[in-house]
Amino acid sequence: MTGRVARDLHPIAWWLWAIGLAAYASQTTNPWLLLLLVGVAALVVSARRSDQPWARSFRLYVAAGFVIVAIRVGFRILLGSGYGGTVLFDLPQIPLPDWVLGITLLGPVTRESLLAGLYDGLRLAAIVICVGAANALANPKRLLRTMPPALYEIGTAVVVAVTVLPQLAESVQRVHRAQRLRAGHGGKRGRLRRFLVPVLEDALERSLVLAAGMDTRGYGRAGDATPRERRVTGTLMVTGLIGVCIGAYALLDQTFLGGSWGPVSRGAVVMVAGVAVCVAGMAAAGRRVRRTVYRPDPWRWPETAVVVTGAVAGAVGSWVAQHDYAVATPALDASPQVSLLALAGVIVALLPAVIAPAPRLVASRRDLEVAA
Amino acid sequence: MKHPLLELRSITVTLPEREHPVLDHVDLAVEEGELLLVSGPTGSGKSTLLGVVAGVVPRFSGGTLGGDLLLDGTSIVRMPPRERAAAIGYVGQDPAAGFVTDTVEEELAYGMEQLGLPPATMRRRVEETLDLLGIADLRDRDLRTLSGGQQQRVAIGSVLTMHPRLLVLDEPTSALDPTAAEDVLATLTRLVHDLGVSVLLAEHRLERVIPFADRIALLTGDGSVRVGAPASVLAGSPVVPPLVELGRAVGWDPLPLTVRDARRMARSLGLDDDPPVGPGPAAAGVETVAARKVTVLRGARAALHEVGLTLAEGTVTALMGRNGAGKSTLLWTLQGTQKRNGGTVTVAGADPAKASPDQRRAYVGLLPQTAADLLYLETVEEECRAGGPRTREILDQLVPGIPGDRHPRDLSEGQRLAVALSLVLAADPPALLLDEPTRGLDYAAKHALATLLRRFAAQGRTVLVATHDVEFTAQVADGVVVLADGEVVSAGPTRRVVAESPSFAPQVTKVLGAPWLRVDEVVSALATREGSIR
Repeated sequence: MTGRVARDLHPIAWWLWAIGLAAYASQTTNPWLLLLLVGVAALVVSARRSDQPWARSFRLYVAAGFVIVAIRVGFRILLGSGYGGTVLFDLPQIPLPDWVLGITLLGPVTRESLLAGLYDGLRLAAIVICVGAANALANPKRLLRTMPPALYEIGTAVVVAVTVLPQLAESVQRVHRAQRLRAGHGGKRGRLRRFLVPVLEDALERSLVLAAGMDTRGYGRAGDATPRERRVTGTLMVTGLIGVCIGAYALLDQTFLGGSWGPVSRGAVVMVAGVAVCVAGMAAAGRRVRRTVYRPDPWRWPETAVVVTGAVAGAVGSWVAQHDYAVATPALDASPQVSLLALAGVIVALLPAVIAPAPRLVASRRDLEVAA
Repeated sequence: MKHPLLELRSITVTLPEREHPVLDHVDLAVEEGELLLVSGPTGSGKSTLLGVVAGVVPRFSGGTLGGDLLLDGTSIVRMPPRERAAAIGYVGQDPAAGFVTDTVEEELAYGMEQLGLPPATMRRRVEETLDLLGIADLRDRDLRTLSGGQQQRVAIGSVLTMHPRLLVLDEPTSALDPTAAEDVLATLTRLVHDLGVSVLLAEHRLERVIPFADRIALLTGDGSVRVGAPASVLAGSPVVPPLVELGRAVGWDPLPLTVRDARRMARSLGLDDDPPVGPGPAAAGVETVAARKVTVLRGARAALHEVGLTLAEGTVTALMGRNGAGKSTLLWTLQGTQKRNGGTVTVAGADPAKASPDQRRAYVGLLPQTAADLLYLETVEEECRAGGPRTREILDQLVPGIPGDRHPRDLSEGQRLAVALSLVLAADPPALLLDEPTRGLDYAAKHALATLLRRFAAQGRTVLVATHDVEFTAQVADGVVVLADGEVVSAGPTRRVVAESPSFAPQVTKVLGAPWLRVDEVVSALATREGSIR
């Protein structure tokens, strides 16, 4: 393991790993397991994130996790009376009119209702933090670059939208400061107008400049597809999408296509066929797009290993949820227990902190100079 | 017969809401491996001409296009910009707005990915381009953290990797400080010399680019174009750099194009002995603006570090320094909106930071870098009404005759600046701060602005103007303050500061030596001498 080259792990590997963790989190309300999952995510992030701007976003997700837990618990206190169990403290109950039957504000707060809120909040927070970990570890824009060529155009549009947002924030700030330098309309509507018009004009101008810039650099070159090829691709895509829609509807509404062919429902068959036609369409579209990728991220053994750890975590999570109910969903009146297997499933996900190569760091970097 | 690289044949462009065509039957040829400078007053169609070549006019601007455009003898006038990309590389006025990716390396590769080049070729060209432009140490950097000069070089690099035969650059140095501008221009010259790339370049700050240009295409403003060697075109041009203005005033023939030429010719003037009398340091008036030990932090870094500054009543001071040195931050701190982390600021005896935003206007007027941010209404008349009772009156004093029913966005750069300025001045502040007001102004508009600022000073106002433009500074400023990395590195009367730092010296100083700043000084000194001889 000595002398490994620092490089960024393939973004898809990080996302699959994080999805495995999130899958585990979604199947348990055991607070010890959830906290452990959050801890694992945080450790891996601190060990393997780069020093680019997006890597700093992790604490935002952690903050969001805290807010989620606080809101869940807060709502339990506000609306939670009626839960049986040990009363911790008693708040004055606020009487509500008759037509909101069944809802009471405040009232006695039980340990069980608080714990239920806490566990539930923790589960959601853990899922959010897992997604945050993926975001901090893998540049979302590099993830978009791995899209199949047929979806490239959509991918670029998403990238541009992602770029425009911080610019918009900066423009809002600038206009807000500038408008205070002059006299003008007061009042709510007047102020809104003073503020919106320059910001929107600015945004529109920027998008035009960007569109022109992309166009002059070859974005959207037609390639050398004949009109007939283009028609075939279009037909394949549209037919496939219609198939997917019909299949999904039939899966949800069993009466729609009626019954099944053998053991499989007709809806599933139609849907799978639709997906297949779509894939064929994309492949056809991809063939005519002549575009290459600069320095594509390689997929080597660390990528596979990281994905495996994520998959193991997810699989253990669902095994525990099905076979070890007491561990996955602990009772509210006793302290929650954990099993060795459940613990091992989480700990496995910590391995990427060692398996993944160290990230490339940007040596000299000035702070983002967005005027405060 | 060999075709020129690019040929414009009778190109006519009419933009929407303009009566006369911006370009009227323009013929122009760009030869292989030459640097052709496109010049002319603001609004004469420089950007339009470049846009036609790149294909963005009329696609993104509206309007109609007539005539033909040939690349190597093949018509490309109907070809969309994306299909021209392999042969013509275009960089717009604001390179940062055209960036598609987020790191330097990816941005350099973007165009090649679109062309579908093999990965090995892409890799090689990216490395070559990084070296060619001297930006190898920036390769992993986030594009938004780069300085203006670096961004401009990355933007040029990102089209160079496609190996275009023609580079089209729209005012590549207008937003840059003098040193960064020289870097970019030196890079361009190297491309022309080493790679044989042709460059079509629009620029109105001629003093920077003329020494590098092979030919000049002068847009006269009525839709026609005059093409020729720099010296012959400039002899009759309405826009000329100070060097040529000096040459014309003194009657040099041929006109000097570089400072070196002019220096040689200037020996015959024999001016060295009588320094100009010009306005000396202003009589120590009342201090209107005083800042002491002002510190502003951005995270752990000091954007301003213990900056001290005093501005006397009735003076114009220029604030100079490279991009990112803290000029804008200092202006906003003096105005009071930017919070200080230490130090004191007094304007007319009070601290503007303590006043409410509405009261602040009565102490300090500030014209921000993007003056259009101030405007939000549909007509000039409405803007003036919203700005306060005296606004229209002030506007008419600044620039008479702006029709009240025009949309502010349809005004010329200079007129729009005047509208924004009169809105700021409506509160009658004793101190006026301007952030880069000369961006996008031609020589005539800059001259008008300089006269205006002198008039404010004569009325007893205190003016501080942040600018990169050394010629403008020489025209307007009594004193100069130079900022570097958030600290004042030199301050004093214009003549002294300019003599101390060669990179801030205007052309006249470079030619004639330290005390001389402006062409009109030389002219009047010569006139007095003539008079005394007679």
